[in-house]
Amino acid sequence: MKRDTSYAAVMARKNEIMKASLGIDYDRYVTSPIAFDYERMMRDTGYTIDEIARIQRETKVGDTPLFELTRLTEEVRKISPPGKGATILLKDEAANASGSFKARRASISAYEAKQRGYAGMVAATSGNYGAAVASQAAMRGLKCIILQEVYDSQGIGQPEIVEKGRKCEAFGAEVHKLTVGPELFYCLLLTLEETLFFNASLYTPFGIRGIETLGTEIATQVRARYHRDPDVVVITHAGGGNLTGTARGLLEAGARQTRIVACSVDLTGLHMASDRDFNRKSFTTGHTGFGVPFATWPDRVDVPRNAARSLRYMDDYLLVTQGEVFFITELLAKLEGIERGPAGNTSLTAAVALARTLPRDQIVVVQETEYTGAGKHHNAQLSFARQMGIEVRRGDPRDNVPGQTIVIPERLDQVTGKEQSMDKLRLSYLKNAAKAWPVKKWTDADKAFLAADVKKDVAWLEAALRDL
Amino acid sequence: MSTVPAGTWVEISRVILEPGQRAPNVPEDTARTPYVMRVSGWLLAPAALGQPARVRTLIGRELEGTLQTVEPSYTHSFGHVVPELLDIGTHGGRP
Repeated sequence: MKRDTSYAAVMARKNEIMKASLGIDYDRYVTSPIAFDYERMMRDTGYTIDEIARIQRETKVGDTPLFELTRLTEEVRKISPPGKGATILLKDEAANASGSFKARRASISAYEAKQRGYAGMVAATSGNYGAAVASQAAMRGLKCIILQEVYDSQGIGQPEIVEKGRKCEAFGAEVHKLTVGPELFYCLLLTLEETLFFNASLYTPFGIRGIETLGTEIATQVRARYHRDPDVVVITHAGGGNLTGTARGLLEAGARQTRIVACSVDLTGLHMASDRDFNRKSFTTGHTGFGVPFATWPDRVDVPRNAARSLRYMDDYLLVTQGEVFFITELLAKLEGIERGPAGNTSLTAAVALARTLPRDQIVVVQETEYTGAGKHHNAQLSFARQMGIEVRRGDPRDNVPGQTIVIPERLDQVTGKEQSMDKLRLSYLKNAAKAWPVKKWTDADKAFLAADVKKDVAWLEAALRDL
Repeated sequence: MSTVPAGTWVEISRVILEPGQRAPNVPEDTARTPYVMRVSGWLLAPAALGQPARVRTLIGRELEGTLQTVEPSYTHSFGHVVPELLDIGTHGGRP
């Protein structure tokens, strides 16, 4: 019997396809339309943090170096008020197989897929995650299919995404290069149904638990060298997994006082599914186009319940401009003698802005870097932007207009970032919950879940509901 | 038109959804375009550019589409010089 492969028919089969491809029965954890037993779902992955670290060592993941950025810290101190200018540390995640922290995220999924006898893995992503899944699949002897949004309708590909597609093929994956659109998810479902491969979704408990070692390593490394916990860990935020996993790892290591600061590149005004806007942004992830919607409604993903729940762990959220990140990426090369990809330097940019406001004896950790090279280099991005009609100039980064103008700061003191209101995000989350399930039907258990999901207590939630 | 021999590394393309079949929530500019997929593989039988073709991919699956490119390669680079970056963090600076 030939199945109906129309868009509507495949989307209607979503739940059964997901269940077969993940081996997780989410119904076991769901307690209401807006709440579920998050911790039990995470625990049921069945791995201890030490087991995760051991599995990751088998496939060249983890134990990455933590560098003190001495020259950059010095430069920040020169522009800071007296007594300010925290020490900036950098976790060099580019050292993982496949060149980014995403290897952590893919590693447990690949292990799990192998253990359960799947012949291969599928992931839909235009990011570093594709290369990570392909690389981990290669090491586990699994077949791999990556579905990637690459081209606009003119067949023009963002150089960074083109490079990431190349890398996936280099690891032996079959790469589907698609034009712009949310139908990537439809293609994922079709491919899963056709191949019966494992769904290496970014948002499963396996994906998130794999990142926890990043948090525990940071705590261990900072303590060994500085005899204290990090004061702040800055995390680039898009879908929420990086933040969730790292924060959980820090908590697991007992670093309870460490502040978790999210940051994203501000791309306000650009539509993520627009054929025109697609090639007018220089960042394909780590931006507000993902960061804000995923924070305010995590369950908008390709699995029934998202294991990446950023507001549950986030203390602050800083936005930076594309121009600020390009400036800091260049400065990292010139001052610290290492070239890393611009998207991974989003959190470094926020850390520079933040370090100026913090006492000198404090420690700010930038928890990732990513590889760089042809296509995935800030020069390639800026050159491409110019070719697409974007104005590129030096000046005040506050003049950045996503999709129109990239203003690279003249000086380091112009790198300030911009604070995103946390309460606004939390309220927006509650509004989305109210859309999914009417407030009058919320039980005490629902309220307790929602409050925890935005890192607040029920009293805060009750007060917030009065303003909603 | 010359025929491409079987066994050649090629790229095929396939329209997954026509403009009228696209997801209901896509923005207008995107909705006007077809949803297209490209994939590379070894050509299984001789075919001409623009004609139906069947390939075997790197993981051994067989897929069908229209023959788009012969021996597709990657040409992405570091781009043209971006003078705005050069003096950042240097000892000299722009004159």
